[in-house]
Amino acid sequence: MSVGTEEKIEQRGSALHEFWQNLKSTPKSFLDTAFRGGAPKTDRTRSTFVFGNVFFHLHSVRTHRWSLRWTTTWGLGIATFAAFLITLITGVLLMFYYKPSPDVAYQSIKDIHFVVPTGRFMRNIHRWAGNVMVITVLLHMARAFYTAAYRKPRQFNWLMGMALLVVTLGLSFTGYLLPWDQLAYWAITIGANIAASPQEITNALGITQHFDPGGMQRLILLGSDTVGPEALIRFYLLHVMILPLVLALIVAVHFWRVRKDGGLARPADADRRLGPAKGTYPIFTEQPKKTYQLAAIVRGRTPAVGNGPEGTVPSMPHLFYGELAVLMLTVLICVALALIANAPLKELANPGVPENPAKAPWYFLGLQELVSFSAFMGGIGIPTIVLLGLGLIPYLDRETAGTGEWFGGPGGKKLAWRSVWFGLISVLAIESFVIRFGWLREWFPHIPQLVITAINPGTLLTLAYGAYSVWCVKKYNSTRAGAMALFTCFLCGFVVLTVIGTYFRGPNWVFYWSPADWPGH
Amino acid sequence: MSEEPKTPRSRLEPEPVSRRDVLGLMSLWAAASAMFFALVGMLRLPKAAVLSSPSKRFRVSLPQTLAAGEAFTPVGRNVAVYRDEQGVYAISRVCTHLGCIVKPTAEGFECPCHGSRYDRDGVVTKGPAPRPLEWLAVKEQGGALYVDEGASVAAGTKVKV
Repeated sequence: MSVGTEEKIEQRGSALHEFWQNLKSTPKSFLDTAFRGGAPKTDRTRSTFVFGNVFFHLHSVRTHRWSLRWTTTWGLGIATFAAFLITLITGVLLMFYYKPSPDVAYQSIKDIHFVVPTGRFMRNIHRWAGNVMVITVLLHMARAFYTAAYRKPRQFNWLMGMALLVVTLGLSFTGYLLPWDQLAYWAITIGANIAASPQEITNALGITQHFDPGGMQRLILLGSDTVGPEALIRFYLLHVMILPLVLALIVAVHFWRVRKDGGLARPADADRRLGPAKGTYPIFTEQPKKTYQLAAIVRGRTPAVGNGPEGTVPSMPHLFYGELAVLMLTVLICVALALIANAPLKELANPGVPENPAKAPWYFLGLQELVSFSAFMGGIGIPTIVLLGLGLIPYLDRETAGTGEWFGGPGGKKLAWRSVWFGLISVLAIESFVIRFGWLREWFPHIPQLVITAINPGTLLTLAYGAYSVWCVKKYNSTRAGAMALFTCFLCGFVVLTVIGTYFRGPNWVFYWSPADWPGH
Repeated sequence: MSEEPKTPRSRLEPEPVSRRDVLGLMSLWAAASAMFFALVGMLRLPKAAVLSSPSKRFRVSLPQTLAAGEAFTPVGRNVAVYRDEQGVYAISRVCTHLGCIVKPTAEGFECPCHGSRYDRDGVVTKGPAPRPLEWLAVKEQGGALYVDEGASVAAGTKVKV
């Protein structure tokens, strides 16, 4: 070692001293390395805060003020995601004790209820967050629809959203099967037989021996020809592994596309309508320091070099604080519900005696009502038609009027109300008719099943809604009007069938005005 | 046979598909087909070669006091067994709609899940059930009666005991 080096050490103090200084400043330098860019105090560091963080950078650095108004979204998408996070965390906690085997599953849920500290509370939150997620995902879809947010360039993201709706319902379904109580056992039985219901068609055609997609689906779901341990472990696997992974994957695409499709949909004249920004951070406090090399690969108009993007504010803090508020509100709602009501647990599964009436959770009771007309049409046919209809909407409606506005487009709110009336009256009329007079099987006992599969209250209702929607396309000379009619009708049909299934169906699925009228056993 | 003199291709008039592209596409297709066959292989797994399923054939002993047309429901079996003047017969209690267990009543059978009704012979009278209830094979062997839940017979088949 040369003399010169020793002199340098002398200059900067001893190595031990330096070690001590470094150790003292480690917390600060650790934070500096974890959150590069420093505290979000200027527009520049606010941007770094967003794009320098793997979780935040799914957001745009700046958010349009239109997107931040509560009335634009009501925070429904974030609420859905928040509910998903809550179910994820409480679900992992429940997995500590739950055992997916018919002999012990029920007992392990009882343990969670009565022995595990906070176990019942966690299960309640899990259950209610699942319910909240179903509600918010439906409302979020309605929001996206009624603000015409599915239009170009957001068509694909509308499909991703529909996939998320289906996966959410799948998660709920597989979830309530796990306790292996009466609800679970009969839901698995009915669910597996709905999967097998294409046999309704293949049997009528007499080709089931050669071509049996229904039986195949049932076999794959149950892993056996009866409902037993194989079925439980399959539904468990779907619930805790396959569906959450699929959901997380699609959510990632969904969020990313929100950003890549230019943020939330807004009217073309959103800036003018909002007026100048008041009480928020200045639109742009600094001139951007970056050169716009990316301009070479950007399509469309040239980026406004030197000008701040109009109408936007930094996502940190404006957007993130809003999202945090929605997250906290969702947690609050789930916890409050968990304190008010316990998650239900019925008697141990009894393969010989179904409950009477055997009812699914509320969000499937509309489907149960449809299934009570025809297994295949109610369980597979009509849901497929509805999903196809909804999925086609963004590709058929290529209009531009009313994008980003509630009930935007020709017809507007008046058409929505008119569709509500049509939707409610037709579903109530068909239901009253069936309840009062019965259906084909009662009038003609020997009628071929294919006729009932094709002509039943469910298909007639779908047909009526479709015809009304086409009529609206013609009357308003607009595809958007037809889409609005169709969506509103489907929504009304769903609500009415769910209410009938929940409150007005008693033992043997007979109509009763009130549970007080149910016959005793 | 007159052959055109081949002119060397220039970089400005490339071949329709260059050699490098062919090799690239071939490797892409090879990878894709390998993945496809891997997927097909994986899809075989969920269906076991032997299905775990309890025996469907069981022995019944009908009580002496069983009246004609009165249902006897063996414990743990979703079957209703009857005895009348023509003989013994068994009707499956699994609803042909979505597999709930129907309840024998004086008029026939009723299903608690979606409201299907059947008459005493298992013929659908109401509701969404697509087919009549199955009649099951009854056999007498060594003085004992056996019912097979897995074997259906024509409706009206009664076994003289």
